[in-house]
Amino acid sequence: MDIHEYQAKELLSNFGVDVPSGALAYSPEQAAYRARELGGDKWIVKAQVHAGGRGKAGGVKLCNTEHEIYEACDDLFGRKLVTHQTGPEGKGIYRVYVESAVPIDREIYLGFVLDRSSQRVMIVASSEGGMEIEEISAERPDSIVRSIVEPAVGLQEFQAREIAFKLGLEPKLVQHMVRTLQGCYAAFSDLDATMVEINPLVITGDDRVLALDAKMSFDDNALFRHPQIAELRDKSQEDPRESRAADRGLSYVGLDGNIGCIVNGAGLAMATMDTIKLAGGEPANFLDIGGGASPERVAKAFRLVLSDDNVQAILVNIFAGINRCDWVAEGVVQALKELELDIPVVVRLAGTNVEEGQKILAKSGLPIIRATTLMEAAERAVGAWKNDLTQGTKMRAV
Amino acid sequence: MSILLDRDSRVIVQGITGRMARFHTKDMLNYGTNVVGGVVPGKGGETVEGVPVFDTVKQAVEATGADASLVFVPPPFAADSIMEAADAGIRYCVCITDGIPAQDMIRVKRYMYRYPKEKRMVLTGPNCAGTISPGKALLGIMPGHIYLPGHVGIIGRSGTLGYEAAAQLKERGIGVSTSVGIGGDPINGSSFKDILQRFEEDEDTHVIAMIGEIGGPQEAEAAEYIRDHITKPVVAYVAGLTAPKGRTMGHAGAIISAFGESASEKVEILSAAGVTVAENPAVIGETIARVMEAA
Repeated sequence: MDIHEYQAKELLSNFGVDVPSGALAYSPEQAAYRARELGGDKWIVKAQVHAGGRGKAGGVKLCNTEHEIYEACDDLFGRKLVTHQTGPEGKGIYRVYVESAVPIDREIYLGFVLDRSSQRVMIVASSEGGMEIEEISAERPDSIVRSIVEPAVGLQEFQAREIAFKLGLEPKLVQHMVRTLQGCYAAFSDLDATMVEINPLVITGDDRVLALDAKMSFDDNALFRHPQIAELRDKSQEDPRESRAADRGLSYVGLDGNIGCIVNGAGLAMATMDTIKLAGGEPANFLDIGGGASPERVAKAFRLVLSDDNVQAILVNIFAGINRCDWVAEGVVQALKELELDIPVVVRLAGTNVEEGQKILAKSGLPIIRATTLMEAAERAVGAWKNDLTQGTKMRAV
Repeated sequence: MSILLDRDSRVIVQGITGRMARFHTKDMLNYGTNVVGGVVPGKGGETVEGVPVFDTVKQAVEATGADASLVFVPPPFAADSIMEAADAGIRYCVCITDGIPAQDMIRVKRYMYRYPKEKRMVLTGPNCAGTISPGKALLGIMPGHIYLPGHVGIIGRSGTLGYEAAAQLKERGIGVSTSVGIGGDPINGSSFKDILQRFEEDEDTHVIAMIGEIGGPQEAEAAEYIRDHITKPVVAYVAGLTAPKGRTMGHAGAIISAFGESASEKVEILSAAGVTVAENPAVIGETIARVMEAA
């Protein structure tokens, strides 16, 4: 789960990371008022969306007067910000963060992430913070400072000092940097984060170390023990279909094709998509209904897939281990009875209780196209969909 | 002999009183697995499917001589259960639980290092389908009837895609020595590399099949290991050639990810290491059959 910049800054500052003073606003009027409260004569207005690359996309504005703040906010509120991390549909701006501008001496990049190779938390840092960090790391990987944290003891001071010196910090700033690094690691570890990123971390003209931006993502599997983090979820920043799926215990990603997929297991779901493509079709979605899928969950999966208007055929591919084919078959029958589908449905069942499952499908009297192998299922789904198109009318799956 | 799991393996099920655990305990017993007990704190003295339940893993090991464990415990308590198994002297543990916090798994792996290598428990999973040595024993949730006994060693991240491969092999009358699910989580107990090493040393395994997917460095690491250390033929399939790139916030992930995380890069790296790559999931069985004939 991702959170907003202002939320990440508040969390990190509780762990001893220094941030500029700032305040949240839900309207242009409120933003101007917040600026007056903050004082000073230069402010940054920042669109709060769950994505990086906001500066380049016009989501961050420097303002010198309250009027400029009002104008900037008037432009930002309600519009979709499209950055290289949002996808073409962009993300809606419903909150802005107003921050006092600070004099910047230098910019540093700082990231904490779960490293799958070492299976530990890794710190990545660069003395060249700012917007082009991915290019810098691709072109000059050696310029990136990396350090792996030993989970039994956490981030040690010497490691933090090493990072600070490698980044070329002046000795008088090192202790401040150590505190910042240890604060970030403590936040990462105590709150079950999967990513903490400060880009840029700035050294100010008056020798302060400040997090000018902050991003945090959290482990969905650990939210049960951090209710205060779970509350920070902002559904306006999520794909509505994906969040609806997540609320129902399903894992869904919408795609551009027209063959809807309902599969158990992420690997098999991807393999099913690959096979549909091989058979000459295009998958409409990735959908993993998970283990132990009840008939109700299967029915929910159908409704979710059908919420995409592009879907012209459905392929159900279940290889049951922890799932049971009879349950899945009941779910398919229940869904088809409720939804009165007018598009072809291909069902391939295999594994635990497969005979019982097939019997339930056969006994239902519903026009379900059955298949035994993965390739056959994909070919029948693509075939039924093409047939539908050439006939010009919607064929009932008979 | 087969790797990790054999006819003599004495199995306990942690969390045996849960609904799914009961179902699969029965399934494992029917398959012929030597399930000798279960563990649920506070339910010691009960019986499930005819096997005794104990309060702690240590009690279960003392009373039954158990050396293998299947963890069916809900996510918030699963890491604790795995560590309990490691400390009680269990040799091989499969964790089925899906949804364990990543940092819990980091702690589990760190904890296991407190034991010297010869005493260290082997863990596969979490979030996997388990391990089966067909005709001998089943430690997991896979449908046993889709596996024939034979000489192909299977290692897979995805449970259901592993079933798919086994079913395609069965269709051709090809059997499996052992099939090991390593699970889909970012932090897992054993990697492809760890299991490849065991199959290389296993006389019963003639060909190794690796079933990977997009994301993570473990397929690329396996490719390097295969090139340098594996003499047996290896067949691979990588799922996700048509999957869209995930959208993640921030740059940190992109900075640490190396070449070899997309499906097509994995195919390229594995092919370069001498692995025969099945081009699509429908021809996994066919490709393995071809490689076996040539071997």
